[in-house]
Amino acid sequence: MTKKEKIDGLAESAGTSLAASAWKRLRRSPVFLTGAVITGLFIVLSLLSPWLAPHDPSEPMLIDQVVKARNEIPQAQPGHPLGGDLQGRDFLSRLLVGSQQTLVVGVGATLIGLTGGLILGTLAGAIGGWVDSLVMRMVDVMLSLPSLLLAFSIAAMFARPSQFTLILAVAIVQIPVFARLLRGSMLAQRHSDHVLAATALGVKKGAIVFRHMLPNSLSPVIVQSTLVLATAIIEAAALSFLGLGNPDDRVPEWGQMLSDVQKVFDTHPHLAAWPAICIIVVALGFTLMGETLREALDPKNRR
Amino acid sequence: MLRYTIRRLIQLVGVVLVLSLLLFAWLRLLPGGPVSALLGDRSTPEKAAELTKQLGLDQPIFVQYFKFLGRAATGDFGTSTGVQPGDSALDIFLQRFPATIELSFFAIVIAIAVGVPLGYLAAKRRGGWFDNLSVIGSLIGVAVPVFFLAYLLKDVASSALGLPSSGRQDAIDATRVTGFFTLDGIITGEWDATFNALEHLILPAIALATIPFAVIFRITRAAVLDVLDEDFVRTAESKGLTAPVIRRRHVLRNAMLPVVTTIGLQTGALLSGAVLTEKVFSFAGVGEALAIGFERRDYPVLLLLIIMAAIVYVVVNLLVDLSYALIDPRIRTR
Repeated sequence: MTKKEKIDGLAESAGTSLAASAWKRLRRSPVFLTGAVITGLFIVLSLLSPWLAPHDPSEPMLIDQVVKARNEIPQAQPGHPLGGDLQGRDFLSRLLVGSQQTLVVGVGATLIGLTGGLILGTLAGAIGGWVDSLVMRMVDVMLSLPSLLLAFSIAAMFARPSQFTLILAVAIVQIPVFARLLRGSMLAQRHSDHVLAATALGVKKGAIVFRHMLPNSLSPVIVQSTLVLATAIIEAAALSFLGLGNPDDRVPEWGQMLSDVQKVFDTHPHLAAWPAICIIVVALGFTLMGETLREALDPKNRR
Repeated sequence: MLRYTIRRLIQLVGVVLVLSLLLFAWLRLLPGGPVSALLGDRSTPEKAAELTKQLGLDQPIFVQYFKFLGRAATGDFGTSTGVQPGDSALDIFLQRFPATIELSFFAIVIAIAVGVPLGYLAAKRRGGWFDNLSVIGSLIGVAVPVFFLAYLLKDVASSALGLPSSGRQDAIDATRVTGFFTLDGIITGEWDATFNALEHLILPAIALATIPFAVIFRITRAAVLDVLDEDFVRTAESKGLTAPVIRRRHVLRNAMLPVVTTIGLQTGALLSGAVLTEKVFSFAGVGEALAIGFERRDYPVLLLLIIMAAIVYVVVNLLVDLSYALIDPRIRTR
């Protein structure tokens, strides 16, 4: 511990915690605010989308305009500002409702990945010894495969791809990332003063782990979650593209909408561009928030 | 140093063995399987049973695994059942591996050539418009789905720039020596072939380079910012050293450690992007074969390709660790 860190530690006990000072700087950061506004809008939009959508996203109402042989897709027209999709369903409504499923995939995959990572990371970091070695070798094997390949093999394990298998495949890729992160920060806690003090006072091992080590190791993990949300959405789109998404397209999802139009990409680029732009903006929103959070919570940046 | 390298190589053998066993079991858990993929609609119970026996899939999994290991030791990795039925898995690998290496090589070269200088400049002009613009650009780069960018390049850029949008090379009469099409042309003096292969590489390589570029850019920027704050840079400046000397000897040398780590990690991760890029550009590499292999449950090809991918990944990371010692003399043997 350097002198500066010790002084910082003292300052923390005097009332300005790391989180408080981080929040103080975040409030004034335009980058953080942009990210927060984008993600906030996305969440509100996806919650309200069933009421905002002008039409039923699963109802092919423009079907009479679709001529399959000539590969025709309904144009923009009154009541349907973005026209229809390949099956004559209102494109704007699908885009709006699609936000909900995309949020479900992103949050679902992140939560499962986080939970798995928390369990493995806590086991490795708290127990140590052979449990630590075993868990970390497992993590090594998982990390020795390119992420998409791992997700691909997991998604392919299921006979029938569905929304859930997609979420699970994306989630499992994130487990080793979270596990390694958590183990690292828990190991750093082990010899810290407050853990030593608690041990000396005779606090039980379990209580030390859950009341002292875990809460203090969580902030990098939480920051990582916001970044994982962005990658989860993009990775789910990639799996859909490779044909491992939800084949039932009555409930739209952006990644799936994007991959559905592969064959008509050159004639109807707008069908791909809209979901792609939505994915990019949302992923950017989560990334902006995550990056600025990480910077703000980094003790090195405290002034 | 040597001992460390040997220890890491022994570890690599362990990882590969564990991985191969896991994969072996895992692939058998996949629904479908090569028998139904091969027979399709013509499947009858008798035919299926016969083919299962022929492929050796009726035996216990451990027997299959040790038979596989025994044959693999002699260089026989089985016969493809789906990607290119009848060809040996090894041939498919040898045929397609150079394509992916070529593509990844150009992608990582583009990513480094653009990312490192840009990161340095952005750090030097911290807070200026150039810095802000390139940071935003790199964040967008990470947020764009690779396959969407690939489509965009394929459909928009290829016609605008007159570049080919699929395949590795036009159907021209080219001599094959190494399997690396650009290299073959140079060796045989068929410059047209090299040029043609390069043209085919440009767009997929750019698509594949985006994410590594964005990551390398941001790490370089952060690392240079850290170093610029250091006392020894201020000392060098006050000693009156010229800017190029400070840049080369003090700033870049010290900032390179995290950058090299990142380059290593990104090189290893390139295969994920290559699966998508190769599919869009019908670029006959390992990534494309993996995508087809999963669709058709081609066990021998999948097994070999995934294990090789893992080996490449681990070896790249070993090289990264070894290169630390070259960059920073303080790190020697551990």
